[in-house]
Amino acid sequence: MKIIKTEEITNLVERLSIEANCILSTDIYNGLKENLKHEKSKLGCQVLGTLIENADIAQAEMAPICQDTGMTVVFLTIGQDVHFEGEFLEDAINEGVRRGYEKGYLRKSVVKDPLDRVNTNDNTPAIIHYEFVKGDRFQITVAPKGFGSENMSGLKMLKPSQGVEGIKNFILETVSNAGANPCPPVIVGVGIGGTMEKAALLSKKALLVPVGEHNPDPKIAELETELLTQINNLGIGPAGFGGSTTALSVNILTYATHIAGLPVSVNLGCHVTRHASQIITE
Amino acid sequence: MEENDKMEITTPLLERDIAGLKAGDMIYVSGVVYTARDAAHKRMCEQLAKGEKMPFDFDGAVVYYAGPCPPKPGKPIGSVGPTTSGRMDLYSPVLIQAGLKAMIGKGLRSKEVVDAIVKYGGVYFAAIGGAAALMGKKVVSAEVIAYDELGTEAVRRLVVKQLPVIVAIDRQGNNLYE
Ligand code: SF4
Repeated sequence: MKIIKTEEITNLVERLSIEANCILSTDIYNGLKENLKHEKSKLGCQVLGTLIENADIAQAEMAPICQDTGMTVVFLTIGQDVHFEGEFLEDAINEGVRRGYEKGYLRKSVVKDPLDRVNTNDNTPAIIHYEFVKGDRFQITVAPKGFGSENMSGLKMLKPSQGVEGIKNFILETVSNAGANPCPPVIVGVGIGGTMEKAALLSKKALLVPVGEHNPDPKIAELETELLTQINNLGIGPAGFGGSTTALSVNILTYATHIAGLPVSVNLGCHVTRHASQIITE
Repeated sequence: MEENDKMEITTPLLERDIAGLKAGDMIYVSGVVYTARDAAHKRMCEQLAKGEKMPFDFDGAVVYYAGPCPPKPGKPIGSVGPTTSGRMDLYSPVLIQAGLKAMIGKGLRSKEVVDAIVKYGGVYFAAIGGAAALMGKKVVSAEVIAYDELGTEAVRRLVVKQLPVIVAIDRQGNNLYE
């Protein structure tokens, strides 16, 4: 049995909230640089150049890459032999968010009630997903999510007969309708299968897959590559000003589903799709 | 961005400052711009409808759809990039009619906004979404002038120096996004 003090989790969430918001992950940074070599539009190249410069400034000054420092999504992978000591886990995580957003000079973008819309002024509560695994592994991922891209995401319950064509059409339609709003070049997170909420969660998790990595299932990997080409042929381009770099990556995750259903969820992530992780080994 | 082939315009804007701009032009904006997002727009429109005094003079004004990060010590402001403009579409036509000359944001605008731009004279600039650390460095000073309780959504008076934008919808209604 491994014992983890929740105070340690608070400190981790604080640090990861700041890091995720100020340091662009290497895979996305390299993806921007790589696409700069191939982008066909002059304006598109200037936008990509500006985004790289922006990431450099953010990291050097530990300033947020983007002013929308998001709603804080936290993924926990918890080995069933792990025991927590201290505060209630959820409170410990929210305390970490509170401290990170204050100390990191991050924007507080959360309202307490979706209808009354009064800001909580500390970016809490976080959205927390718990996943239990065998053993004593403990991993925490902080993935602040901006809403320019979140708002352009979508979910559809397709009929099984619509098959791969139906899936492709829905993904292309979603990216096309989003246009400039999700701050392209985007990361396209796709969840296929499960139930409605399972598909949505898979599409959110798909945003954590590094640019350049593919689904281990060859047919899904092929679909990812094909969709990336088709999306980049839409012409939306960097910042939506036109060009050949509309997405850096299409990441698909799948799960078993019901005989009568084919849920598909598309979660769009912008060019600052953020995630910082840490594993506690000791 | 390339520094040389861009024009610079200084606020407040007159008809002649915007008449020659074309969709796709890269421009530097300098001078005063006011930040306002959905919540501030809602309030401004309610005040306008009641004939109350507005938080700033709309004549020739530039509104920047942005909610900044808090400033670090010694800095005027934190990172500050554009938010999605479409959420302001409902409010913009009446503000353009009231004298607002330019809007800075990201993404498409409604037909009503384009019509108001053509009818009353205006321009819509797109800034690069997410390039917020870089844009924060273009802000010389910042001050909350209304709705302080809205936090990041308060109306701020920013003095900016060479804020880089692109003409997305010009005075004639031509649209970069189409
Ligand atoms: S979509 Fe992403 S890059 Fe664009 S404003 Fe939101 S958080 Fe920033």
